[in-house]
Amino acid sequence: MSLVSLDEVHKYYGENHVLKGVDLRVNAGEVVSIIGRSGSGKSTLLRCLNGLEEYQQGAVIVDNQSVENDDYKLRLLSRSVGMVFQNFNLFPHMTVGENVMLATKLVLKKSVTESRQLAEELLAKVGLADKFDAYPGNLSGGQQQRVAIARSLAMSPKVLLCDEITSALDPELVGEVLKVLEQLKEEGMTLILVTHEMNFARDVGDRVVFMNQGKVWETGPSDEVFANPQTDELKSFLAAVR
Amino acid sequence: MSYQLDFASLVPYLPEFAAGVWTTIELTIISTLGGLALGTFCAQGRISNEAWLRRTCACYIEAVRNTPFIVQLFFIFFGLPALGLKMTAWQAGMIAMIINLGAYSAEIIRAGIEAAPKGQWEAGKTLGLTRRQIFMHIILPPAYQRVYPALVSQSIIVMLGSAVVSQISVEELTFAANFVQSRSFLSFESYMLAAVIYLVLAILMRQAFGLLKCIAFKNPSL
Repeated sequence: MSLVSLDEVHKYYGENHVLKGVDLRVNAGEVVSIIGRSGSGKSTLLRCLNGLEEYQQGAVIVDNQSVENDDYKLRLLSRSVGMVFQNFNLFPHMTVGENVMLATKLVLKKSVTESRQLAEELLAKVGLADKFDAYPGNLSGGQQQRVAIARSLAMSPKVLLCDEITSALDPELVGEVLKVLEQLKEEGMTLILVTHEMNFARDVGDRVVFMNQGKVWETGPSDEVFANPQTDELKSFLAAVR
Repeated sequence: MSYQLDFASLVPYLPEFAAGVWTTIELTIISTLGGLALGTFCAQGRISNEAWLRRTCACYIEAVRNTPFIVQLFFIFFGLPALGLKMTAWQAGMIAMIINLGAYSAEIIRAGIEAAPKGQWEAGKTLGLTRRQIFMHIILPPAYQRVYPALVSQSIIVMLGSAVVSQISVEELTFAANFVQSRSFLSFESYMLAAVIYLVLAILMRQAFGLLKCIAFKNPSL
């Protein structure tokens, strides 16, 4: 049984048919990169996996839970699915530590001591042990994004969704965030990333999904897809981004 | 045209002024707390998923913001007893002030809430927080911080507006000034003293809010 499965998923924004029957399976421990031109539906696809976007047809199942538009079910699902955003979305009025502890206190009902200990461990893991009491506004983009990753990990998700998490960063800060992802992969975390980092997708990712016109256009093991693209669309896309 | 100011003759009436000032302060503190609480509730109601709650809050806010305060006050004090709701002048004045600040602050707080980036809601949602938890912990604190100067101004306007409740014989500062000038015929001095006291109260209130700001908002740069 796959950890994540999508069957014939269709999504419309009004008249605009964004996802046109997407099928996808992701197994536990896999690192899957979703690539494609802007407007091809990659982010929408990712956001359908945790209920941030509704879909109109088909089925999305994550960790044996059907993703439906139901607040209670989505809250349960959120314990299995973490998400990191392009713009970090840290809570500006809370310290780094409070950002990481918020959900463990409110959702998992852990004690402050326990939450604090977990937050300290996670921040150490992303290399920010000394920033516990800093405010997000005083951190660099790369540091903020690592806090956001630690915040997601606090809920011990089974799969982490990354929506262009390095796109808002200065080039020299991209590496530190990708390093954390690599580390997570080594620990066996399932990662689904929408990304423009082709080198990362090729070197770290297990599998690549190329989206085009709202469909999974081409998919396969990373090294093969990059070395030997089959469709003209992927060939021209790869030529354009290189 | 010459007028000899005679503040010395006001001295025997200082207890009246002191009592009036105290009532004004009392009305202001309670109505500020009550009004901001009501305003927060209605701001939340305005963005609720429940259509009836959204509409009820909108009607209340528009009704209050588009009618004169003194008419609201008379409605509560003279109108409601006809329905069997009897209250003292002090209670009526207090309720009118709370209702008035509630409506204006609801709109101010709503502006702060709507300025929250959509990503803040989404981040809370993906962490598994309920809508209410997201609102209380993630959206509301920065919203207050964003609109804090406007809330302070509105609260001061309501404090100054409390002068109007003297019209239903609540014995606050303006009532005291009225009373003293009718006894002593020192209208110029009485009202001048009242004006100065209002000015001082407003300045003190602004400073108190400034102090509160430092305690309430730990991160000054949002």
